[in-house]
Amino acid sequence: MSMPIKVEGLTKHFGSFEAVQDVTFTAAAGSITALLGPSGSGKSTVLRMIAGLEQPTAGRIWMGDDELTAKSVQERAVGFVFQHYALFRHMNVADNVAFGLRVRKEEKASRDARVKELLELVQMTHFAHRYPDQLSGGQRQRIALARALAPRPRVLLLDEPFGALDAKVRQDLRRWLDELHRELGVTSLLVTHDQEEALELANQVVVMHEGRVEQAGAPADVYNDPATAFVAGFVGAANVLHGHVVHGHVHLGTFQVPGADHLEEGAAVAAYVRPHDVRVTEEETGVRGRIERMATLGWLARLSIKLSGGETLVAHVPHDELGGAKEGDEVWVDLRSPKAFGIESDSAGSAASADPVNGQGVTSPVA
Amino acid sequence: MSGAAQTVGIRSVPVRSKDRTGAALRHLGLRGAALIYLGAMVLVPIAAIVTKGFGDGLTSFRTALAVPGAWPAIRLTLLTSAVATLINAVMGTLLAWVLVRYRFPGRRVLSAVVDLPMAIPTLVTGLMLLTLYGPNSPIGQALEGVGLRVAFTSIGILLALCVVTLPLVVRQVQPVLLELDPAEEEAASTLGAGAWFSFRKVVFPAIRPAIVGGGLLTFARCIGEFGSVVLISGNLAGKTLTAPVFIFQLANQFRPAEAASIATLMFAISFVLVLVTARLLARRAEA
Repeated sequence: MSMPIKVEGLTKHFGSFEAVQDVTFTAAAGSITALLGPSGSGKSTVLRMIAGLEQPTAGRIWMGDDELTAKSVQERAVGFVFQHYALFRHMNVADNVAFGLRVRKEEKASRDARVKELLELVQMTHFAHRYPDQLSGGQRQRIALARALAPRPRVLLLDEPFGALDAKVRQDLRRWLDELHRELGVTSLLVTHDQEEALELANQVVVMHEGRVEQAGAPADVYNDPATAFVAGFVGAANVLHGHVVHGHVHLGTFQVPGADHLEEGAAVAAYVRPHDVRVTEEETGVRGRIERMATLGWLARLSIKLSGGETLVAHVPHDELGGAKEGDEVWVDLRSPKAFGIESDSAGSAASADPVNGQGVTSPVA
Repeated sequence: MSGAAQTVGIRSVPVRSKDRTGAALRHLGLRGAALIYLGAMVLVPIAAIVTKGFGDGLTSFRTALAVPGAWPAIRLTLLTSAVATLINAVMGTLLAWVLVRYRFPGRRVLSAVVDLPMAIPTLVTGLMLLTLYGPNSPIGQALEGVGLRVAFTSIGILLALCVVTLPLVVRQVQPVLLELDPAEEEAASTLGAGAWFSFRKVVFPAIRPAIVGGGLLTFARCIGEFGSVVLISGNLAGKTLTAPVFIFQLANQFRPAEAASIATLMFAISFVLVLVTARLLARRAEA
C-alpha cells in the first residue's frame, strides 16, 4: 500500500547551525521525488527526519493521514537505503534481507518465502549465503534495497543510494531502480546531488540549497523554468551573463534580450543560458562572436565563442546547424530563452569575472 | 596467536650491490636481536618451568595434586578467576559502551581512570583494598554488620582480581565499538528493531571477539595474580590460599620441585584455554 508523504515547515538546527529551514513539500503516492542539492544543502537531514533518525527542531511530517512527527523510527515502518549500504556484516545475504521480518517475529516459512521473492526481485538468488564483504558495491546496494523492501514499507527513502558506486554501475542501477519502482509503485524519496539522476528518475524534483527549498516541480519545469538563479545554475549546465535591466530588456554588454519585465529598471541581473540554447546563425541577428575553440562530441560540437563585448559563451550546436563554421570564424550568435535573475550589485563584479570557457561559468558539463 | 605473523619473514629490500652485504648483515643483526630477546625473556623461563615440572614426565601432574593443599588452592584460583572474568567481561563491555556512546562531563578523566589499576603496583592495590575493607575500617565493619565479610575471604580475592583486571576488556572492546558503523544500527532501527534487539543482533556479534579476547587476558592475568591478593586474602590454607601465593610459599620453604609442578599445571590450564578459545573464535569467523 503506497502512501503520500507530506512535510510542513520542517526545520533542523544542529547547535547554532541551521541545517534545514522551513522545508515544505508533498510527495504523491506511488511517485519518486528527488531531493536534489549540493552537499551540505540539508537534503539528507530532511530524509533522516522523515525516517525518524533525526528529530526535527520544528515542523511536521505525515504519511497519508498518519502524523509521524512524534513517532519513533521503529513505528514509522519506512524502508531506508543508506549511501554506504549499512549491511549487517555478520549476517549473510539471506539473514540481512530477513532481518526486518525477524524483528516482527514472522514465521520462518513465510519469512523464507519473502526472502526468496526479494532475492529474485533484485536478481541475487545465487548469493543468499554470501557475506556482504564478498559482494561488489552494486550487489551490496541491491541487497540493501531488498532488505529495506522486505517488511513491505509504506514508503522507501533512499539516501544517495548510488553515491558510492562508479559511473557504469550507477547508470545500470539507476535504470534498474526505475523499472523496479514501476513494478512496485512504492512512494519513494531519493536524495541525490546528481541532477542527471534526479531528472531521469523522479516525477518531482525538490531543489535544495543552504537548508531551504529553492524550487519544487516536475523535472521539465525545474529544468526549463528555473525559479531562482541557484536552480538555473545547479540543474543543467548554463552560461552566466551579467548585465542590467533597460526597459524590460536585459542589456548584456553589446546586445539585449527580452524577459526582464519582472525586474526593476536598472537592476543588475545575471542571465542563464543553456549551452544548447546558444544558436550560431548566418542571419544577422543577435551579436557577433568569434569561435575560439571547437570540440566534437559525436553529433554535437562544443564551441567556445568570444562575443564582441568580451564575454565568452559555451555553446552546444549540432554539426548540421553549424553551416561549415570553423575555429577562428566570425559568426552571429543568438540566445534562446535566457533566464534573468536580479542579483545583489556588490556580488555582480566578482561573479562577472568568472570564465565560462574553463567551466566556471558553466556550472556542470552536459553529458 | 595468528599464524600470519609467524610466516611473514623479513625480506630484504632490493638494494644496489655494494650495499648488499651491509644490508644482509643489518637484517641478520635485527632479526637475531629480536629473536634472542624473545627467547631469553619468554621461551627460556617457560622451558625451565616445564622441564622442572615435567622432570618425571606427566606424573608431575599427579605429584602436583598430591602436594597437601594444592588442589584447594588451584580450585580456589580457577573459581575466583572465572567469576572475576565473567564480571569484568560484562562490566568492562558496559564501561566501554558508556565511554564510547555517551557524551558527559568528565568522560576523558573517566577514560584515563580506567587504566589506573594497571598503572598502580598491585601490592599497593592490595593494601588499598585492605585499608578500605579490612576489619578495622568503617566500611569493612559496616559490611560485616550486614553479614558480608570481604577481607580474608574469597570475596576479597574476587574484589582484588576484578580491580586489577578492570582495564583489559574495556581496552579490547572500546576500539571495536568506535569503529562500528552507526548506520548499521540505524538500519536495524528503520527495520523496526529496538535498542536491545539491535544490540544483540548487530552490535554484539561485532564486539564478541574483543570481549572474548579481553576475557582471556583477564583470566590469564587472574590465575597468576599475586600482589593484590596476598594481603587481602589472608592466605588461610585450604580456605583463602590461592595457587600463586601457595607456589610462593613452597618456593620459600625450599620445595622448588613441588612449586614448579603446580606452576606447570597452572601454565598448562591457561595454555589449553587459550588454544580452545582461539579455535572457537576461528570457527565463528569462518561460519
